[in-house]
Amino acid sequence: MLNTYVVYVENKPGVLTRVASLFRRRAFNIDSLTVGRTEKPEVSRMTITVDADRDQSRRIEANLYKLVNVLLVENITNEPAIVRDLAMIKVAATHEARSHVLELASVFRARVVDVAPESLIIEITGDEDKIDGLLEVLRPYGLLEMVRTGIVAMRRGSKCSTVTAPTNTLAQAAGDDDVQYSV
Amino acid sequence: MTKTGAQILWECLEREGVTHVFGYPGGAILPAYDALKHSSIHHVLVRHEQGATHMADGYARASGRVGVAVATSGPGATNLVTGIATAMMDSSPVVCITGQVGSKLIGSDAFQETDITGITLPITKHNYLVTHAAELARTIREAFYVARSGRPGPVLVDVTKDAQQSSCEFDWEGAKPQLPGYRPDLSPAPKEYEQALELIHNAKRPVILLGHGAIVSGAMREVRDLAERAGIPVALTLLGLGALPASHPLNLGMMGMHGEAWVNHTIQEADLLIALGMRFDDRVTGNLKTYAPNAKKIHVEIDPAEINKNVKVDVALVGDLREVLREMLPRIESIDRSEWSDVIDQLRGDSAVRDIQNLPDNGHLYAAHVINDLWRETRGGNVVVVTDVGQHQMWEAQYYKHEEPRSLITSGGLGTMGFALPAAIGAKVACPEAEVWVVAGDGGFQMTMSELATIVQENLKINIAIINNGYLGMVRQWQEFFYDRNYQATPLLNPDFAKIAEAYGIRNMTVTERSQVVPAVVSARQHTGPVLMNFKVEQEDTVYPMVAAGAALHEMIRRPNPIVETADDE
Repeated sequence: MLNTYVVYVENKPGVLTRVASLFRRRAFNIDSLTVGRTEKPEVSRMTITVDADRDQSRRIEANLYKLVNVLLVENITNEPAIVRDLAMIKVAATHEARSHVLELASVFRARVVDVAPESLIIEITGDEDKIDGLLEVLRPYGLLEMVRTGIVAMRRGSKCSTVTAPTNTLAQAAGDDDVQYSV
Repeated sequence: MTKTGAQILWECLEREGVTHVFGYPGGAILPAYDALKHSSIHHVLVRHEQGATHMADGYARASGRVGVAVATSGPGATNLVTGIATAMMDSSPVVCITGQVGSKLIGSDAFQETDITGITLPITKHNYLVTHAAELARTIREAFYVARSGRPGPVLVDVTKDAQQSSCEFDWEGAKPQLPGYRPDLSPAPKEYEQALELIHNAKRPVILLGHGAIVSGAMREVRDLAERAGIPVALTLLGLGALPASHPLNLGMMGMHGEAWVNHTIQEADLLIALGMRFDDRVTGNLKTYAPNAKKIHVEIDPAEINKNVKVDVALVGDLREVLREMLPRIESIDRSEWSDVIDQLRGDSAVRDIQNLPDNGHLYAAHVINDLWRETRGGNVVVVTDVGQHQMWEAQYYKHEEPRSLITSGGLGTMGFALPAAIGAKVACPEAEVWVVAGDGGFQMTMSELATIVQENLKINIAIINNGYLGMVRQWQEFFYDRNYQATPLLNPDFAKIAEAYGIRNMTVTERSQVVPAVVSARQHTGPVLMNFKVEQEDTVYPMVAAGAALHEMIRRPNPIVETADDE
């Protein structure tokens, strides 16, 4: 089954490689991985979805914790959570088809963000099923190009993940402007 | 106080307690070597960087202290890789320091540039690229802490040339490790102890499976107490040998692919396996589907990622083995298990007759003779045997009876040929008082024999026993069993080992008959310098018993001709 992990990592060079390399060498197949900043500049947050059974999912968690730069791992698969994926879809929209495409976009509460004589770009946010659904109905018109962000997830309610933020990181200590923050 | 990165590097190593490093200089690490003359650290010049990591590894395994290897960028760094992977698989605390091209040149394919942190990422516990002198002190402290804590492992620190050359304020106290995500100290929940104790007290046929973790954790005393108090026999992994004295009545011996038959049968018939600091490697379990089918399993292990990896267990106690056992011991009830030990004795009686090789002296020289005679001659001494990988390694494990932890050093997980000679150098440097023996095959010995020069240059008293059968013996054995005796690429045309020894000024001996073994060992021990002994043994001898890869643990290929005498004839 598809497991969803929220993983907090130190915002340091190479951390994304470490995580990706772990999944590769342990032969776990990543379905989706997103990474971005959090409210704390020294912490990045990943949302990772992986197809794994129960034992595998525990081992994934344990292996993630073995990475020195990983701060917190939460498997939120069985918790109520908001899960979102964003897609931009460039669809062929000739004069005759245009109104149909616009209608479909509005049914899915998607937005048109670019209009060209022969095509439209539709932006849609939602869970993966919703996006898959829109893609399905747009397919007959001609999908010219598509990009998806992969999913981000957050638990519902007031329960928060607490991460002990690394204080006084090397970069801060060095006070060096050309230190790159990246994962 | 302002210091250069190079000075900070050595000072940090000194403060971490390092007295010896194993290394090889080159362009990108030259600033560090330049600063070495002001350091108290003794640098052992190796002949190939692979040797440096094996030496650091051997140093660590012999002493429990962190071993350090130093190399330059590019080829120097890539040559470390085999040794790093070896240390990783066997949880050995090693810190590797590599030079890197200047930080402004990184990514430009500069001369001798290689992405060594990228290359070693999957085979290190952690690694670092240091581009500023100011990062060096904290990084070195973190590297040592990560390498030796929790489940130990290798850590690589790649230091750019400009980070070595530039200066900054050195503040050891202010450079404390900052590892907010690193949690090496886990301990089990009270409920898990309860469950484990209940299983132990209810078991009729329990077996302890003892691994390397017992030695790393220093839990020898506690393991012994547990076994004695609860009357539980102990089977050992290859890397666990020595964690319980071979002469201990509850010690069954080595389990697994080349374990004695009674040991494997005992495991298969057990109703409870208590795995202590071992990881159910495929070489000890055989086919997992048929592994100990009637046994409940308790797994005491420091690495949570090992739980349920290969074998699904009923109770997992994640934590340091010694701490866990100390918590459990007061609550262990003494139980009479004579029925179970009778069963094991029966299994042993049958197997001992069939499997132990103690052939009469019929003019032939068998590897088992050499090992067994070496053991008889050196037993009771402060002896460290360092083996290579292959048939001789298994014979050593079978016929050398290890009484002390850290008295056998061998590459288990990675099975690295060429390990023995350099690892023995590391062991001798770490424990100069110990009598260090290399037991290597003629194949593996030639992989790293350039380190003979290191032995001579460092004036180390190491005895080298080459078990020379003219074949890559273990591969030949597999070809014999599984590839219709098609001996492709396994016969070896060897150099004259005596002349090689002579070229290095090392005393040499050649032994072709059993009657010469003991006198040769005696003479080698008396000689003050290193000795190379070429034991020309039976060419097509085979390691028995053997569990074929993928076969059930109890389905062993047994010795074809029952041997009447046994090795227990002391």
